Amino acid sequence: MNYNLIIYLLIMILVTNLLRVLPMILIRKQIKNRFIQSFLYYVPYVTLAVMTVPAIFEATTIPIAGVIALAAGILAAWFGLNLFCVATVCCLCVFIAEFVLL
Amino acid sequence: MSAFSKGLRDGLPIGMGYMAVAFSLGIISRNAGLTPAIGFFSSFFTRASAGELGVYSLIAVGATIAEMVLVCIIANLRYLLMSASLTQKFDPSMPMWKRALVACCVTDEVYGISIAYPGRLPMAYPTAAMLLAGAMWGAGNALGIVAGNILPVNVVSALSVALYGMFIAVFVPPCRKNKAVLIAVASSFAISWLCSALPGISSISSGIRIVILTIVIATVAAIIHPVDIEDEGTN
Repeated sequence: MNYNLIIYLLIMILVTNLLRVLPMILIRKQIKNRFIQSFLYYVPYVTLAVMTVPAIFEATTIPIAGVIALAAGILAAWFGLNLFCVATVCCLCVFIAEFVLL
Repeated sequence: MSAFSKGLRDGLPIGMGYMAVAFSLGIISRNAGLTPAIGFFSSFFTRASAGELGVYSLIAVGATIAEMVLVCIIANLRYLLMSASLTQKFDPSMPMWKRALVACCVTDEVYGISIAYPGRLPMAYPTAAMLLAGAMWGAGNALGIVAGNILPVNVVSALSVALYGMFIAVFVPPCRKNKAVLIAVASSFAISWLCSALPGISSISSGIRIVILTIVIATVAAIIHPVDIEDEGTN
């Protein structure tokens, strides 16, 4: 057993979860400030959008497959498909696009 | 359907995506000297894709603890913002231990489905989703350590966009209802893509880029188009 490795991993677990827990126990009240309320309202959508582009183009073997998956995923979600279906549509698009183009 | 069952239902597709990603993570964590059992527990208790990837790569090259902590903070700083935003979905009288426990459920995807949950968020929902998806995340890492490169490249490539498909399913529906969100999301796409392509800016790590862009764009959106949110926490 490599104790040095275990220490590294325990510190990683501690630091990562502290980042999650701190705001949750420090911010206990309903926020009344309109700016902060608005800021926190936009955070999830902005951060997920920023995480999706450009990473989705870099995740696939060829970037264009990622572009197709993004477009198809947006269409599927726009027309009300659920989480799992949208993810499946994206995966299928990449599989087919790479099959055709590679 | 109880909130716990709903959490399991929505946690399953997330877990399937996690397994595929963690499988490829396992190939890297094996280089860091993780055994399948250690890999399972390490991933189950951390639940951070970019953070874990950074840490395992650093351990493999013998980095110091200080370096690892820094990478951990930068790659996971977005959880701080997500957790802060999620506080508004809970009852202010919720006890501390429950808050701490539910905060640990914050990952990109479980946070995504929690934000999409209508009204106040029952603790059972993210907890159930996290237990299932987290176990599958850990199992994926363990499998990757055991089996290495077993899946064909085209399958891995296709599975790797599953997580982004889940993000899309979270941020697109509100775009349809709210023009301000639509503009914010479209700007996020454009600015994020630009920042990854422009020389200089593109050398910033993606973890830091995500944090900076989130703060800047959400601040601008909040100034230009402040929202009126009811006290019910139904954001």
